[in-house]
Amino acid sequence: MKTPLPMPSQPETLIANGKEAHYLVEKDNVTGAEALILALLAEGVDTVFGYPGGAIMPVYDALYDYQDQLKHYLVRHEQGAAHAAQGYARVQKRAGVCMATSGPGATNLITGIADAMIDSTPIVCITGQVGKHLLGTDAFQETDVVSISLPVTKWNFQVTRASEIPEAIAKAFYIAQSGRPGPVLIDITKNAQVEKFNFKYQKINKIRSYFPKRKVDLAAVDRAAELLNQAQRPLMLVGQGVLLSQAQAELKQVAERAGIPMASTLLGLSAVEANHPLYVGYLGMHGNYGPNVLTNQCDVLLAVGMRFDDRVTGDVKRYAPQAKVIHIEIDPAEIDKIIKTTVALNSDAKETLQALLPRLAARQHPDWLARFKECDRTEYDKVLSKDFAPTTEKVKMAEVIKRLNELTQGTAIVATDVGQHQMTTTRYYHFTQTDSNITSGGLGTMGFCLPAAIGAKIGRPDRQVLAIIGDGGFQMTLQELGVIMQYHVAVKVIVLNNNFLGMVRQWQQLFFDRRYSSVDMTNPDFIKLAEAYSIPARRVQHREELEGALHDLLASPTAFFLEVMVEKEENVFPMVPAGAAVADIRLE
Amino acid sequence: MELEQVRYTISVFTENKIGLMHRIVTIFTRRKINIESLTVSETENHGVSRFTITAFVAPDRISQIVKQIEKQVEVLKAFYYDDSKIVYQELALYKMPRQAFVGSDVVEKIIRQNHAWVLAIEDEFVVIEKTGHEEETQHLFEELKPYGILSFVRSGRVAIAKPMKRVMTHLKELEEMAVN
Ligand SMILES: Cc1ncc(C[n+]2csc(CCOP(=O)(O)OP(=O)(O)O)c2C)c(N)n1
Repeated sequence: MKTPLPMPSQPETLIANGKEAHYLVEKDNVTGAEALILALLAEGVDTVFGYPGGAIMPVYDALYDYQDQLKHYLVRHEQGAAHAAQGYARVQKRAGVCMATSGPGATNLITGIADAMIDSTPIVCITGQVGKHLLGTDAFQETDVVSISLPVTKWNFQVTRASEIPEAIAKAFYIAQSGRPGPVLIDITKNAQVEKFNFKYQKINKIRSYFPKRKVDLAAVDRAAELLNQAQRPLMLVGQGVLLSQAQAELKQVAERAGIPMASTLLGLSAVEANHPLYVGYLGMHGNYGPNVLTNQCDVLLAVGMRFDDRVTGDVKRYAPQAKVIHIEIDPAEIDKIIKTTVALNSDAKETLQALLPRLAARQHPDWLARFKECDRTEYDKVLSKDFAPTTEKVKMAEVIKRLNELTQGTAIVATDVGQHQMTTTRYYHFTQTDSNITSGGLGTMGFCLPAAIGAKIGRPDRQVLAIIGDGGFQMTLQELGVIMQYHVAVKVIVLNNNFLGMVRQWQQLFFDRRYSSVDMTNPDFIKLAEAYSIPARRVQHREELEGALHDLLASPTAFFLEVMVEKEENVFPMVPAGAAVADIRLE
Repeated sequence: MELEQVRYTISVFTENKIGLMHRIVTIFTRRKINIESLTVSETENHGVSRFTITAFVAPDRISQIVKQIEKQVEVLKAFYYDDSKIVYQELALYKMPRQAFVGSDVVEKIIRQNHAWVLAIEDEFVVIEKTGHEEETQHLFEELKPYGILSFVRSGRVAIAKPMKRVMTHLKELEEMAVN
C-alpha cells in the first residue's frame, strides 16, 4: 500500500547549512545511482561518510559528478562512517548519512547502527547489494543486511528497482528524523543503481501507519502541574530528549518558575549549562552524589526525554519508591517500561513543557536545594579534593579534564569514548554550551570517539572539538586518523593513557579481588603513530608539562594529538555498583 | 517475583510489507518468548494485513510487548486479549489409514461425536478435518490415535475480538491525536 504523496513537484529551493542552493526535484532518464544523489541533495545533504566497493560502485561513479555539492569523506573502516555520521547528526540536529558496499562493508556498519538505535541518533545508511537476480544465491559479498540490521534500525528497506529510490529515500529521512529519531538503512541492489528512469522527488511528511508525535494531553498537563505546585522536594531529570526536541529554553523556564533542581543523564549533558543555579549535576553510576541519593528523597520526579536506563536507576525496586513520577516522553513504548508513572505525558518535550509552564505556580525550594549543596560538599571532600590533588607521581585523569574545562570555559564540543576517561570527562567537564556532549551512552561502544569527533568537527567547523579517549578504545578505530590527515579535520585528540583497560581493571579491583585478567596493555608509540599521519603530537609524562601541552593543543589551528600518561590505578568515584540502589552510591 | 504466564492472543494490523513479520517476531524472540502460533491474512481493508499471534506472557509484560509492536513504523495498531475477550478457532487435519475404517464403525462414530468430517478419501488414506479450540482438536487426536494417525497438522489460531470498535476507527482516533 503506497502512501499518497500530496506534495508539489516544481524545482524547490532548500536551505541547507545556511547556504541556499537549488536542487532538481525532477530529471528524466537518470540512473538509480544518480537518483540517489539527487534525492540526498533534495534532503539538504551536503556531507556523506563512506567507503566504496563492488556493489556500490555505480553510486560512487555518480558521486564523481556531484563532488562540488556532495562532499564524500572516505573513512578507513565502515564503523567509522557510521560513528562519524552520528557525531555529525548530534551537532547538526539532522540526519547524518553514511554509505558502504554490500557484505563486509554493510556488516562493518552494524556497530554504529546499533549505537545510533539505542541512543536515538538519526542516521541514514545506504548499502549496496548484489543484483536482484543474485539475491539468495550466496553471491560474492552477499549478506542479508536487511535482516541483520533489522533489530537495530528504526526502519529499513531493500530497493530492487530504480524507480523505488525516491520514495525510499524520502521515507528514510522522514522516519530517521521524526518522533524519537533513529537509524534507517536502505539497501540498494546493483541493478537498481544502473537502471534508468524518470526521477521525481517529493519529500514525505506523513505515513499512514506511523504516529511520531502526539498532541499534548492538556488534562494530563493539569495533573502534572498540580503535583508540581504541591511538591516540596521536586527533582527534574533531563535526558537527551530535551536536546532532540530543542527544548532547552522551555526546560529552564519550567525549572526556574517552579524552583525545580535539574539533574542530567549522561546523554542529557549540555542541555542545561552546568553553571545554572538550579543545575545539580549528573545522574547515574558515576554521576554526582547529590542527584543520586536525593532521587530517593524527592517527592515528585519530573523526567523529561529520558528512559530510566539501568545505569541511571540502579536497582529499579529501590529507585525513588517514595516519588510521584511525571514522565514527559515522545515514545509511547518508554512510558511505564521501567518506572511506573503517576502522570504520563506522551508528547514532544518542547511542546509539553510549553503547555506546562503557564500552569505552574512561581515557587522556590531553598532548603531542598541546599541539600544538594550539602551533598556537593561531601562529594568534594571525599572525591574531588582527592581527584584534583597533585599527590601522585603521574597526572590523574581528573586533573587533565579540570584544566581543559577551565581553559575552554566549558565551551568545547567534547567527544568521549567508553571507560574511566569518559566518566571522568562527563563528571568534570562542565558544559556551558548546548549540543556539546558526544558520547556513546546506551551501547557503550569503545572506538566511538575518534570517528564521532571527526563527524562533529565536520558538522561544526566553527567550534573547538575535543576527542578524549582511552588507550584501549583509541586502538579500536585509530585508523580514522587518516581522515583527519586527508581532509585536514582540526580535531584535538587527547589519549589518556593508563596502559590499562581502566574501567574493566577498576571492576576487577573492586568486585573480582584485584584479579587483573587481560586488562594490561603494551601500547605502541602513539606519538610516532600520530606523526605518521602528519598530525602534530606531544606526550605529557610529568605534571609540569601538562599546562603547556594543553595550551599547544587548544591553540593549534590544525588537528593536534596529545598523549597524557596518567596514573595507572586510579578509580572513578562515586559509583553505584551494578544492581545496587542509587541511594547506596559509594564515595570510595 | 514473576507472575504466572497467561495465553494471550495478539492481533496486529499492519501494512502488507516484506520484512515486517521478521520485525514483529523478533520482539518476542528477543525477550525469550515462544510464539505458540502465528497466522497472517489480509483483512477486510485492502492492503492491511492481520497477524494473529498466540503466546504465553506474564500479564505485567504484555502491554510493553504490544507497545513495542506498535512502535514499528509499518504497524497500524496492535491489540491483546485473553481468551475471554475473543471468539477464536483453529483447524486440524488428520491423515488416517483407509484400513481404519474397514470392518468396524468405531472411527466413524468418533468422527460423528466430535463433529469432524471427512475431507478426502484416497486409495490408502482418509483425511479428516476438525475445527475447534485446541482442546477439542487435541481430544480428537487422542481418540483417533489407537487407530493409527499417519499425519497430523493444526493451524494457528484465528480470532475475532468481542469489542465492537473497528480498527479503522482506532486509526482515526490515533490520527486525531497526532501532531503534524
Ligand atoms: C567494543 C567494546 N568492547 C569492550 C567493552 C568493555 N569495556 C568497557 S570500558 C573498557 C575499558 C576501556 O579502556 P580504555 O579505552 O583504555 O579506557 P579507560 O577506561 O582506561 O579510560 C572495556 C574493555 C566496550 N565497552 N566496548
